[in-house]
Amino acid sequence: MRYLTRRGGMFLVTLWAALTVNFIIPRLMPGNEAQSVLATFRNINPAAVKALEIQFGVNVHHSLIPSYFSYLGHTLTGHLGVDAQNVPVASEIFSKLPWTLGLVGVTTVLAFIVGTLAGIFSAWRRGGRLDAILPPTLFIVSTLPVFFVGLLLIYAFAIKTHVFPLSGNYTIGATPSFSLSFVGDVLDHAFLPGLSLLIVTAGLWVYSMRNNMITTIADDHVKMGRAKGLSGLRVMFDYAARNAILPNLTGFAMQLGYVLGGSIVIEYLFSYPGLGYLFYTATTDHDLPLMQGLFLFYTLAVLICVLLVDLLTAVLDPRTREA
Amino acid sequence: MAIQSATTAPATGMPPEPTGGSRFRGMLRTLLGNRKAAAGIVILLIVAFVAIFPGLIAHDSPSESSYLPNLTPSGSHLLGTTNLGQDVFAQLIYGTRPTLVLTLVVSVIATFISTVVGITAAYLGGIADRVLTVITDVFLVLPVLPLLILMASFLAPGTTSLILVLTVTSWAFQARQLRSQGLSIRNRDFLVSARVRGESAVYIIFREIVPTMTSLLAASFLGLAVFVVGFAASLQFLGLGNSGQEMWGTILYNAQQSAALESGNAWWELAPGLAVAFLGTGFALVNFAFDEIGNPALKPMKRRKRRVRASA
Amino acid sequence: MSEPLLDVSGLCIDYLVDRGAVRAVDNVSFSLDRGEFLGVVGESGCGKSTMLFGVAQLLPDSAEIAGGSVKFNGQELVGLDEHALRALRWRDFAVVMQSAMNALNPVKTIGAQFRDAMHAHGQRSADAIRQRSVEVLGLVGIDAAHLRSYPHQLSGGMRQRAMIAMALLFNPSLILMDEPTSALDVVAQRSLMTRMKELQQELGFAVVFVTHDMSAVSRFSDRMLVMYAGQVAEVAPTRTLFTEPKHPYSGGLMEAFPSVRGPRKALVGIPGSPPNLAEPMSGCRFSPRCPDVMDRCLVKAPELIQIGDVLARCLKYDQTDETD
Repeated sequence: MRYLTRRGGMFLVTLWAALTVNFIIPRLMPGNEAQSVLATFRNINPAAVKALEIQFGVNVHHSLIPSYFSYLGHTLTGHLGVDAQNVPVASEIFSKLPWTLGLVGVTTVLAFIVGTLAGIFSAWRRGGRLDAILPPTLFIVSTLPVFFVGLLLIYAFAIKTHVFPLSGNYTIGATPSFSLSFVGDVLDHAFLPGLSLLIVTAGLWVYSMRNNMITTIADDHVKMGRAKGLSGLRVMFDYAARNAILPNLTGFAMQLGYVLGGSIVIEYLFSYPGLGYLFYTATTDHDLPLMQGLFLFYTLAVLICVLLVDLLTAVLDPRTREA
Repeated sequence: MAIQSATTAPATGMPPEPTGGSRFRGMLRTLLGNRKAAAGIVILLIVAFVAIFPGLIAHDSPSESSYLPNLTPSGSHLLGTTNLGQDVFAQLIYGTRPTLVLTLVVSVIATFISTVVGITAAYLGGIADRVLTVITDVFLVLPVLPLLILMASFLAPGTTSLILVLTVTSWAFQARQLRSQGLSIRNRDFLVSARVRGESAVYIIFREIVPTMTSLLAASFLGLAVFVVGFAASLQFLGLGNSGQEMWGTILYNAQQSAALESGNAWWELAPGLAVAFLGTGFALVNFAFDEIGNPALKPMKRRKRRVRASA
Repeated sequence: MSEPLLDVSGLCIDYLVDRGAVRAVDNVSFSLDRGEFLGVVGESGCGKSTMLFGVAQLLPDSAEIAGGSVKFNGQELVGLDEHALRALRWRDFAVVMQSAMNALNPVKTIGAQFRDAMHAHGQRSADAIRQRSVEVLGLVGIDAAHLRSYPHQLSGGMRQRAMIAMALLFNPSLILMDEPTSALDVVAQRSLMTRMKELQQELGFAVVFVTHDMSAVSRFSDRMLVMYAGQVAEVAPTRTLFTEPKHPYSGGLMEAFPSVRGPRKALVGIPGSPPNLAEPMSGCRFSPRCPDVMDRCLVKAPELIQIGDVLARCLKYDQTDETD
């Protein structure tokens, strides 16, 4: 199907772009600074040092193009190098991944479901006080920077009162297991960070779904559904929502990038040891391989999500299959 | 044989704007009539005032560090003091101008790039369109904050880098919408006549197409401003992009580093956060109003009781 | 005379706008017998589509029926509760809209949309559904294989015919049509309308056909209703309307059409434009453009007056108070 090959092509192009960004950025660093950064690397492996030197463009004996291609080759085969502590980047990422996956995964899906349903219903029941106040309020909430929401929640629920823990992903000293108490502890710690993310992302969903629904409801085919004598609920879901949700799906994939970014800030704020916190510490350490590896990982995650959504759209919207 | 009506309906997309000075006045009138827009404009005016006349509002100098550190809010220090004994309120007030200026500069540049790319793609069509669209899509997909962080870490610190970094990540945001609007008016008569007259593409793009899209451009600008306010602050909060200019994000960073929330000096950290939210909301409200203007169906509806009387 | 199938009396429909309510349909009354074909004509904005959807109880949230009654088979539809209304929909009266591309759900197959309607009225048997679907498609000349097609896969004419087929699912006694041929080319228009007329004569349903194209409908309609500025200007048997229009507006419309076969004569348009319904109007709404305007037309708003088998809203036929 032409549609899918086109989307697959975009996948590759964007991946290539991310890799190129990774390659170019460090070379933009002023020379002497690059040297000092390299010096901070408590590195043992001389090959790794050499690779870094190439990336930074310091002490370079090779010219630009070959080093670019060797970089591409290395990365695409999974050799993400070692970080400043001489730990392989890939393993660092995978060890912290589950925590962020849990946090971000759950909140994103929940925000989408809750937000979309709320949007559908709010569009169906127009008129009255609620309709005038709710959408702009949600819109405003969705434009609040995520760190602000996090700050408020931390202050209100972890400092002023002690309803939820201040930081971390589980109480220090506890042994990880699948026991109820441990899981409860984890959820306890994940609640505020998750809520921060949920508030900001759900607001956006309700707003955009509501707008899409309002436009769709005015469409003739929804009127037709009513004319045929279908029940209100049926018309709302089968005729209006099914069409209104389509543009939202693409937005969902795009928003993942925003959520991942937000998770960096939130994990920093809550000292939650996931990928976001890792990214933050890598930044303060100027740990280039780790930062690059994470950036690549984030981009890949978003791209995979986009591809999955494209598949889903092809399934739900027969018109795309002909495109 | 059909009965002709007096007016013809415009093609899909937003209705074209009347040209001339009346357009601006008309837009202003519509905006002020909308409550949300009015609230947003008030907010923006307040911030602008504070940015232009900081001395009128704050009595202390922001860098004056002779006060007792970590004071809680009081009459003489409305928001308390930092751990270095500086007045937080003064810092917030004096920080308004650089923050606002940064936001406006980035928004203007990014809107400009966005417009050029979007409309050129729509107007030229063909390969140029495909290429520009691919570039736009790539920038749209790359995760913003990670890219911002990556770039900000390795460029020379300073406001210029901050502007560069924010512009690069934000221009793609609205380019798609501008392109689709451009597509919808591409074949209107006034454009065809310009082509026939032999006008250059640049002329057509800037002197013919762009003026018809003023409200979309304004909406794009505002949307970008919301984006920039939040992301600039987030970036600085994490410790990047801080330079000599004390912006709100810088205050946040200092406060966070000193664990202000936990050490009882909460307002040091909450106040700049509120300021960021306040400014973002101002832009967002006006932006929301533009959404409603473009699509009046979205406006809140008066619900009337279905008073239906069956008469004989 | 038996009870009319559809009896619309004093129907008023308002659009709710910021400043208040604008009356788009003002005191429209007409009746329709079984199997009758009524053409409703008028220029854009005269309220004919609004009136049609008002009769069908399908107005959008921004509009409401402000008064009057719509009796279908003696049953009052205005104010009828949603549940009872739903039972009547499609089974007793159906709707065909202007653009099938917009009116058909783009994400469902034709067959699925037929099925929706049947399910909504209690028909669950897959075989019966399929059989009936194939049957109605056959009535409009579409191959049964297209039950599995999506709307965008059919040509414009086919889509329109599919919509008509869908309307026939339950063999309703009334079909309301809103400019169903406007989106088609002339050839497709003619073949579609001919087929519709044939079906009407075979199956015996009544039709209210709203259009701005008088000549297209006049070939098939028994009676025609001319609307102007939200009001009924004239109702007459088709032939009578064409040969002896009573209302000056109808007369103007006749003058404005060239006849393909008749002698060449100068086209006379109707000067001016329709009134703004949001502004208050005094006297006859057509008076600013009327070639036969009299002094009292500016002051007195005419009622619908019966002249033989024609109803016309014009003071020319008003016998009361000759003196002014």
